[in-house]
Amino acid sequence: MKLNLRVWRQKNAGAEGAMATYEVDGVSPDMSFLEMLDTLNEDLILRGEDPVAFDHDCREGICGACSLVINGDAHGPERTTTCQLHMRSFRDGDTIDVEPWRASAFPVVKDLVVDRSAFDRIIRSGGYVSVPTGSAPEAHATPVPKADADFAFEHAECIGCGACVAACPNGSAMLFTSAKVNHLNVLPQGAPERETRVLDMVAQMDAEGFGGCTLTGECATACPKGIPLPSIAAMNKEWLRARRKVK
Amino acid sequence: MSYLDFTVGEPIADTKAPAGPIAERWDARRFEAKLVNPANRRKHRIIVVGTGLAGGSAGATLAEQGYHVVQFCFQDSPRRAHSIAAQGGINAAKNYRNDGDSVHRLFYDTVKGGDFRARESNVHRLAQISVEIIDQCVAQGVPFAREYGGLLDTRSFGGVQVSRTFYARGQTGQQLLLGAYQALSRQIAAGNVEMHARTEMLDLIVVEGRARGIVARDLITGEISTHYADAVVLATGGYGNVFYLSTNAMNSNATAVWRAHRRGAYFANPCFTQIHPTCIPRTGDHQSKLTLMSESLRNDGRIWVPKAQGDTRPAAEIPEDERDYYLERIYPSFGNLVPRDIASRAAKNVCDEGRGVGPGGQGVYLDFADAIRRLGRDAVEARYGNLFDMYERITAENPYEVPMRIYPAVHYTMGGLWVDYDLQTTVPGLFAIGEANFSDHGANRLGASALMQGLADGYFVLPATINDYLARNPHADPLTDEHPVVREVLAETEDRISLLLSVDGDRTPDSFHRELGEVMWEFCGMARTEEGLRTALRRIPEIREEFWRRIKVPGTGEEFNQSLEKANRIVDYLELAELMCLDALNRAESCGGHFREESQTPDGEAARRDEEFSYAAAWEFTPTAPVLHKEELSFEYVHPTQRSYA
Amino acid sequence: MALAPSKDTATAKGAAAKGSASAKGTASVKGTASARPPSRTPSRGFWSSTIGKKTVMAVSGLIMLAYLVAHVAGNLKVFFGPEEFNGYAHWLRVMGAPVLHHEWGLWLARIVLLAAVGAHAVSAYQLSRRDIRARPTRYVHRRKGSSYATRTMRWGGIIVGLFIVWHVLDLTTGTVHPGFESGRPYQNVIDTFSTWYGNTIYIVAMLAVGLHVRHGFWSAAQTLGVGNARRERALRLLANVLALALTAGFIAVPVGVMTGVVN
Repeated sequence: MKLNLRVWRQKNAGAEGAMATYEVDGVSPDMSFLEMLDTLNEDLILRGEDPVAFDHDCREGICGACSLVINGDAHGPERTTTCQLHMRSFRDGDTIDVEPWRASAFPVVKDLVVDRSAFDRIIRSGGYVSVPTGSAPEAHATPVPKADADFAFEHAECIGCGACVAACPNGSAMLFTSAKVNHLNVLPQGAPERETRVLDMVAQMDAEGFGGCTLTGECATACPKGIPLPSIAAMNKEWLRARRKVK
Repeated sequence: MSYLDFTVGEPIADTKAPAGPIAERWDARRFEAKLVNPANRRKHRIIVVGTGLAGGSAGATLAEQGYHVVQFCFQDSPRRAHSIAAQGGINAAKNYRNDGDSVHRLFYDTVKGGDFRARESNVHRLAQISVEIIDQCVAQGVPFAREYGGLLDTRSFGGVQVSRTFYARGQTGQQLLLGAYQALSRQIAAGNVEMHARTEMLDLIVVEGRARGIVARDLITGEISTHYADAVVLATGGYGNVFYLSTNAMNSNATAVWRAHRRGAYFANPCFTQIHPTCIPRTGDHQSKLTLMSESLRNDGRIWVPKAQGDTRPAAEIPEDERDYYLERIYPSFGNLVPRDIASRAAKNVCDEGRGVGPGGQGVYLDFADAIRRLGRDAVEARYGNLFDMYERITAENPYEVPMRIYPAVHYTMGGLWVDYDLQTTVPGLFAIGEANFSDHGANRLGASALMQGLADGYFVLPATINDYLARNPHADPLTDEHPVVREVLAETEDRISLLLSVDGDRTPDSFHRELGEVMWEFCGMARTEEGLRTALRRIPEIREEFWRRIKVPGTGEEFNQSLEKANRIVDYLELAELMCLDALNRAESCGGHFREESQTPDGEAARRDEEFSYAAAWEFTPTAPVLHKEELSFEYVHPTQRSYA
Repeated sequence: MALAPSKDTATAKGAAAKGSASAKGTASVKGTASARPPSRTPSRGFWSSTIGKKTVMAVSGLIMLAYLVAHVAGNLKVFFGPEEFNGYAHWLRVMGAPVLHHEWGLWLARIVLLAAVGAHAVSAYQLSRRDIRARPTRYVHRRKGSSYATRTMRWGGIIVGLFIVWHVLDLTTGTVHPGFESGRPYQNVIDTFSTWYGNTIYIVAMLAVGLHVRHGFWSAAQTLGVGNARRERALRLLANVLALALTAGFIAVPVGVMTGVVN
């Protein structure tokens, strides 16, 4: 296949960026999207040009590093991560626009690479259970109803890629934050810090400059792990509950 | 002088493992280890490199104890370390099933599974600690699979006969890593851990014989900086990416361990690599990595190839009597569930015979037709639905209708930096944990044991043993960048980077990496011969020479430069690869993942040669040729037998 | 693999927030440290939180929604003739008597409504400002309908707000209503809906109300944490029914006047 790529190029955080156009030939439908970019980069290097910078690591859809907006969709047209998107989803002669995640809380580092450390700071503000190593009770001391365990798991699947923020017209991180809040708050192990967790994580989320939620549902549509939209309502409920309990 | 001129040095006499009954050794060691007064702990700085299961859990635990931890990862967030990709599960001798499991059985299985090339004391400790790991992770909120009664579910994994594997669907590694990451995050917020993300360790600073710090590069600005501490912990994972194509993450690399090796840490058993039998075959030259399909698929899938060579008919058109279910044929009692190394080698053999399937003939069928007939499609979907989806996403083939195609791929490296019972390398003050060290899996790792070892090292072993080192070496003189040793290390690092940038040749970093990978896969992969290894040992220096002549790295060192990162890692692969081949050549026996064609039983199985090779090979770096130090392995509790799965 | 170097073809055109490559426009695409909003100290305060503000919006919205339900019920009395309609209008003034003094009930309702409108508008304004700041750069490749709900809520809210002002000046105070007669609401209503502009403004505004209620009711349920996967369908259905019933109910009056059913 032969493709027209329009890629966001930006030398560094302080520089101005622009879309640049490249023609890529010899693309196999079996290539992943990132492998297609690899072949572009190989050629750019040999031509003495700067290859396109993009974040990637595991290339099996679990580390959450890859982060491209492809034709306006976070992670592209399929419900998966960019690294698991294959070129068979495109047609010969297509023009494909590739852009970085856009949100003021995710500033561009270079080309398609953005700084997602805001997510780490949200987790640091309360996305954990305070249990120093060695202090844990026997694992079977606290049974967890299967439904709760499954609910926790469904939310714990979040890979922290940031597609929810990229897809949201408000640059909101509600789906990410709610995934972690719901994962820990439903479990008995997370109960002692249930109120402070949600209050602190939401406060940090707001302080990072993410937008508010207008429930457009774009985040859940873009989420490669299928974190559901009601996750946000569940966090709102937790937050209101915590407001009542904590003075 | 070439690597072939290696010499044999003094054997390793003391591993610091206490004597006495094996079940009491860990207690004994913990009691003998000196402690650091809690008030003094915050005066100690400890560098931890890597934030995977081992590094993340170690950083969090050391910080909880009161140490000042300075931690590094090259990823943009500590949550992305490649431990996250582990699918299957984590072993623990909880015996919740009442199926006869025990610490001793886990110990026994691990020593035997490792083909008697691991240190008994370490393995027993690992089995003991496995129980505490589950408690810790559950308390952190790791959502393990549960039964309807609310208790934890377990399954049998990797051919063992007890159900001791705890799991969180196919994402156990992710969930355990997030647990460790959350614990680490809590310590970062508390100010006890100073976290440097997107910062890669490039060298180790050893002053007066002790590890005192590292040289690191900020991957965004390109700034090279020094960081000092009282001890350095490497939790940087394995070196499977030497092979270019592996199931490792793209950026997993060997630079930290190789630099440490060059600064004096012995490298043990570098040839022990695990080839995982069930990976998705490559589709072409563009392939950048290989994807693992969980081993659990072999519980219900049947592996076969056509009986005839070059049979290109679609699977459905090959009648039953023209199919060769070769694992069931050769190993009637274990069938498709033979250990990883055996399954991998068998797949290679049938493909070498020209009976492989799919493009390039590098694949075998993993067929679920029987399982679907027997259990119904819904039951198969319930068990493997997510794996089938993943397979279909990558290959565009529906495994419910056509058999999966699989092929072995490099997955894990049992070798690594040599460590003693305290997980300390031969450089005092330098510790190695998780996959970065060599210790617990011998020549072959059992399924669901990597997560166990990483967390055991990080949560429980290192935090107990590092105290002893710090208590005995309480006051180190403060270092500055003006110290002659530091200046030298810094200069070497800067020179290497400017050299890479200045060659301005005509080949990309990836082209060299791919070339090296092909040599390694061909000659140091699933089956190794003396002749092949000698060829590799001749080829690798040639590639290295060409690398330094023709490498092209665009851009500068003072910016975000992914090509430079890659090239710098390849420099180290090109040296480590040579040591791997040398080690494979030296070990003229077959054991676990290391198969020397010259050493096999009449049935074609791996034949160990215990009289000659019952040792861990710890290699010392010298500027000319390596020196081999042998750590004799003694088996007091599990007596070596030839593995048999027929 | 062949490669055409045409790096400059698509330069910042369309990339900047305002779709221009001017110096001013491109400034907003920079990812400098200063482009990032200053990270404020996290606050647990109710009003300073996005969820707190959303809660205010949800509660005030539901108050107004309840009012609309009562309002539409009253409006439909127009179909039963002037006596019943005017009688109802009169009752609004003596509502709560004899406990409440003349018009006190009405004023109480007016005050609550005014507060609700104010709270709704202020939180909407502040949240919108914040949302726009959080996503200063648009994607060059725009998708269709990606921010449909947000846009309808913002523009719809403004349309409804302006309508309320006109509506009060038209039928409560009569300021913009030539020939307005206090105390004869039936006549005034027929009057308004006998003009083309009166009908147009009203019908457009009621469609906006419908759309606003449709997303707003469901959204309020999510904000207040009532929504979950199980109730999802029921809530969506209820939102649609409410929106449809309100819009149809309100529009029935001008349609009735136009068709002569009401005269």
